[in-house]
Amino acid sequence: MSTVQTFLAVSGDAAAFFRMGGYAIYVWPAYALFFIVLIADTIAPRLRRRRVLRELRARLSRQQARQDRAGGNSTPLSP
Amino acid sequence: MSNWIPLWLHKLGSPPTFYRFAGTLQPWAMTLALLLGAIALYGGLVLAPADYQQGDAYRIIFIHVPSAEMSMFIYAVMGVAAFIALVWRIKLAEVVAMESAPIGAAFTFITLITGSLWGKPMWGTWWTWDARLTSELVLLFLYLGVIGLYHAFEDRRQGARAAAFLAIIGIINVPIVHFSVNWWNTLHQGSTINVFGQSKMSWDMLWPLLTMMLATKFYYAASLFRRVRTDLLALEGGKDWVRKIAEDEAKS
Repeated sequence: MSTVQTFLAVSGDAAAFFRMGGYAIYVWPAYALFFIVLIADTIAPRLRRRRVLRELRARLSRQQARQDRAGGNSTPLSP
Repeated sequence: MSNWIPLWLHKLGSPPTFYRFAGTLQPWAMTLALLLGAIALYGGLVLAPADYQQGDAYRIIFIHVPSAEMSMFIYAVMGVAAFIALVWRIKLAEVVAMESAPIGAAFTFITLITGSLWGKPMWGTWWTWDARLTSELVLLFLYLGVIGLYHAFEDRRQGARAAAFLAIIGIINVPIVHFSVNWWNTLHQGSTINVFGQSKMSWDMLWPLLTMMLATKFYYAASLFRRVRTDLLALEGGKDWVRKIAEDEAKS
């Protein structure tokens, strides 16, 4: 089989694959939704983790500053 | 604490230990989920033949059924964790229950929408108020109720207890979803997979489906670990072990 024929056969297969026997407008959106929702579910806790740690560091540095002003002799204030 | 709980389990329940434990297992669970998911997708979309009645539209089954199964499985886990949280007041059980809810809601949402996309070409309608579809929608509302109740309280632990109550009461809906196709006359087809008998599906369609069901289990584990770790950091913000993590991550 020549290169051109192989290319045509493969691209024909690919086109048939994406056509999904005429049900492409139902099958592909279903798969797209599956991945979009799960990717969002993966990203959300990562963003939250970053925010939680940033806020915690800000609180700790405020506490540290307060302690330094007090002469570094006092017990740390509870948050 | 009752003494029948083994010591290692007791230790695992402590937030810093579980934080490390989940951190070690999380990447492995995610890797397995992606690997099995890719194999299942190839098997389901490429290798499996078209259905003699439904053509290629049936291929939605490879995400619809695993998501539907996860929507019930995660609810059961959430219910058990909520029960443990209410009875023994274990903080980790509370966190596991509350962090399972968003993942369960995500899978329930996927189930409803993919089912709708499958229903339109096969039944001629996006939606019908029959037993299976309605009980699955109730499941979504239960998840959203648990999430909403958890965040409605100023005190997070108080919110978790209230939401845990709702989660436990809602367990009644899980068998209703599962058996709805047997108990009522419904448009929805009966079970394809039968754990104790012959499944009504040929092996070249069945193995991608079972593989995807396994992949979504690992995905849930990975997502839950990631969420629980984050929640433990937020809940234990004042403790030394969390401060150390916050400082270490600022350096890197």
